[in-house]
Amino acid sequence: MPLDREELLHAYRVMKTIRVFEERVHDEFATGEIEGFVHLYAGEEASAAGVMANLTRDDRIASTHRGHGHCIAKGVDVRGMMAEIYGRTTGVCHGKGGSMHIADLDEGMMGANGIVGGGPPLICGAALAAKVKGTRNVGVAFVGDGASNQGTTFESLNLATVWNLPAVFVAENNGYAEATSSRYSVGADSIADRAAGFGMPSVSVDGHDFFAVYEAAGEAISRARDGGGPSFVECRVNRYFGHFEGDAQTYRGPNEVEDLRANRDCIDLFRVAVTTSGDIAQADLDGIDSDVDTLIDSAVDEARSAPRPGANDLLTDVYVSY
Amino acid sequence: MARTITYQQAINEALDQEMGNDPSVILMGEDIVGGSGADGEMDAWGGPLGITKGLYPKYGDRVMDTPITESAFIGAAVGAAASGLRPVAELMFSDFMGVCFDQIYNQAAKFRYMFGGKAETPVVIRTMYGAGIRAAAQHSQSPYSIFTHVPGLKVVVPSNPYDAKGLLIQAIRDNDPVICFEHKSLYQTEGEVPEELYTLPFGEANVVREGGDVTIIALGLMVHRSLEAAETLAADGIECEVIDPRTTSPLDDETILESVESTGRVVIVDEASPRCSMATDISALIARDAFGSLEAPIQMVTPPHTPVPFAGSLEDLYVPDATKIETAVRQVAGYSR
Ligand SMILES: Cc1ncc(C[n+]2csc(CCOP(=O)(O)OP(=O)(O)O)c2C)c(N)n1
Ligand SMILES: [Mg+2]
Repeated sequence: MPLDREELLHAYRVMKTIRVFEERVHDEFATGEIEGFVHLYAGEEASAAGVMANLTRDDRIASTHRGHGHCIAKGVDVRGMMAEIYGRTTGVCHGKGGSMHIADLDEGMMGANGIVGGGPPLICGAALAAKVKGTRNVGVAFVGDGASNQGTTFESLNLATVWNLPAVFVAENNGYAEATSSRYSVGADSIADRAAGFGMPSVSVDGHDFFAVYEAAGEAISRARDGGGPSFVECRVNRYFGHFEGDAQTYRGPNEVEDLRANRDCIDLFRVAVTTSGDIAQADLDGIDSDVDTLIDSAVDEARSAPRPGANDLLTDVYVSY
Repeated sequence: MARTITYQQAINEALDQEMGNDPSVILMGEDIVGGSGADGEMDAWGGPLGITKGLYPKYGDRVMDTPITESAFIGAAVGAAASGLRPVAELMFSDFMGVCFDQIYNQAAKFRYMFGGKAETPVVIRTMYGAGIRAAAQHSQSPYSIFTHVPGLKVVVPSNPYDAKGLLIQAIRDNDPVICFEHKSLYQTEGEVPEELYTLPFGEANVVREGGDVTIIALGLMVHRSLEAAETLAADGIECEVIDPRTTSPLDDETILESVESTGRVVIVDEASPRCSMATDISALIARDAFGSLEAPIQMVTPPHTPVPFAGSLEDLYVPDATKIETAVRQVAGYSR
C-alpha cells in the first residue's frame, strides 16, 4: 500500500463522509426544505479523495457546480457546509452562496462554480501566485467532461503550459453533461488526449479506484510542486444521482446506475482492497461508518435550527449601503 | 382562435410554427433536445425546463444540442445568421452571457453598421433571467440593460404568454440580432394566446392598466408585481397606470411620456441592479422630456446593489415585491412641493 494506516483510514473517512452527506442532502431536498440547484457527487468520491490526499491545506482547488465532494475532501467543515446548503447564517458563506457557490478560502477551496468552465482560469491564477511567491504550493482545477469542451478550459491549459505553472487539471468524466452524453459532446476519442495539444502530459485512470487516482494525481502534483509544470488527469467516474436534484434521467440506459452501484462502487472497492491486503480491519471501517452517520445527523440538526440571514445581512460584504 | 396556454407553451408554439413556416429557422442550445449520444431517450429534456420539448421529434436535425461552449455556439448562430439562416439559440441562463459576450457585443451587434449595411444578422438569442428561485448569484441576474446599452442589438422582455409568442415571432423575422429575456418565474403563468401566427411590433409599449394618478413602468415579472400593488392602491383611491415597455431596445418613449404628462407622478420598477439600468435610463428620459409635467421626484424600486443572495430569507428581501412598489407609489402620490 502506498499509504500508511492513518492515511488509509482518512481516505475512507473522506469518501464515506461525502457519500453519506450527499445521500442525506438528496433525502432532505426531497422534503422541500433545501432550495435551489443541488448537484450531488455520490459515486465520484474516489476522485476527490484520491486527488486531495496529495494536497496540503495551502494548496488551492477550484471546483465545479458539483462541489460538495471537493469541499469535504479539501477539509471544509461539514457542519458549515450543511448550514450553507440550508441557507443559514452559520453556513460557510453565511447563506449567501448555497450549494452551487460553496467555498472556504481558508481551506484552499476557491468555490464551487455556477459557471461551467469558471474554475480553470482561476487555478492558473492560484498557481501563478504560488509560483511568484515561491511557496511550492499547487493549484488543482476540477472540470467535468462537459466543462472540458469550454473555451476557458482550453485557454487555461495553454496558459498553464506557456507560463509553466504549478497547476493540475482534473477532468472528472462521468459520461454526461446534464442530459448530453460525452460520446456526443466531446469531439475527441479521449479527453486526456487533448492535453497533448497544449503541451502537457496527461493520463486517464479508472476514477472508481482510489489508488489509481491517488497515484496519477500524486505524480502530476509532485511534478507541479517541483517546477515541472502543469499536467492533466482524467478520472473516469459515474454519478449516482441525476444531474441536479429533480432530474428524471430518462436519457440514461436501463439499470445503468444499479449496475454501477453493485459492481463499480468506489467505497466498496476501497473496502475490499484495504481489508484483503490486511492493512485495515472491517471493524475499523465500521467504526468510521458510525462516526460519519452521527456527524451528518448532527450537521443536519444544527443546520435546521440555525438562524436564517435577515435584513441586517443583506448589505454586508459589499461596499455600498444601498 | 385564442385559448389559454402558458408562457412556456406560447414560446414553444412560436418556435414550432415559425420553424414550420420558414425552413431557414434552426434551433441550438445545451440540452434543448437532451439525450444526445446517450443510451436512453432522445428529447429527454427539451431544455432544462422543457421549453423546446417536442421540437426535435418534429424537426430533427434542425434542432441541435450543443457542447458546453457558449462562445462557439452563440458565435456560430451569429455567423449562420449572417450567412442566410435564422438561428434561434438558447442560452440557458442569461448569467452565461459572460462566456459569449464578445460574439454578441463586438460581432453580432456591429455587423450591419460596421459593414456599411452589407450584412444582416437575423439571430435570436433566447435566455432565461431573473431571481426568485434560490438559484443564487450566478443563475439569477437580470442583465437586459447591459444589452440595451449596446447599439445594434434589439432587446425583448415579454411579461405574458401573448407577448411572448408575438414578440418571439417578430424576433425571428427581424433582420437585426434580438435577445429575448424570458423570466424563469413566468414560464408557468397563463394567458390567452391566438392559435395562429402573429407578430407584435418592437418599440410599442403595452398599457396594462389605465389610471390617472401615478404611472408605473415595469418589465417582465415586475409587471405582475406592479399590477398586484395597483389593485391594493386602487382600494385606497390611488389609480395607477401600469406600462410594460415590452422591448427595451427599441424603447417606446412616446407611450411613457404621454402617461407621465397626464399623471405627473412616476414609479419605475426594475428587477435589475440599480445602477445604469432601465430604471435610471427611463428616469433620465422622463427628466429630460417631461420635466414640466413632473409633480413629484421619480421613484425607482429595484433590488439593492449586491449580487443575488442564495438564502430564501435574503432573496425575498432582495427582489422588489408588491409591498415595496406600494410604498413607493404612496410616497409619490402624496408628494407635494
Ligand atoms: C457557462 C455555463 N453553461 C452551462 C451551464 C449549465 N450547466 C450546469 S452543469 C452543466 C453540465 C456540466 O457537465 P460536466 O462538466 O460534465 O459536469 P457534471 O455535471 O457531469 O459533473 C451545464 C450544462 C452552466 N452552469 N454554465
Ligand atoms: Mg459530466
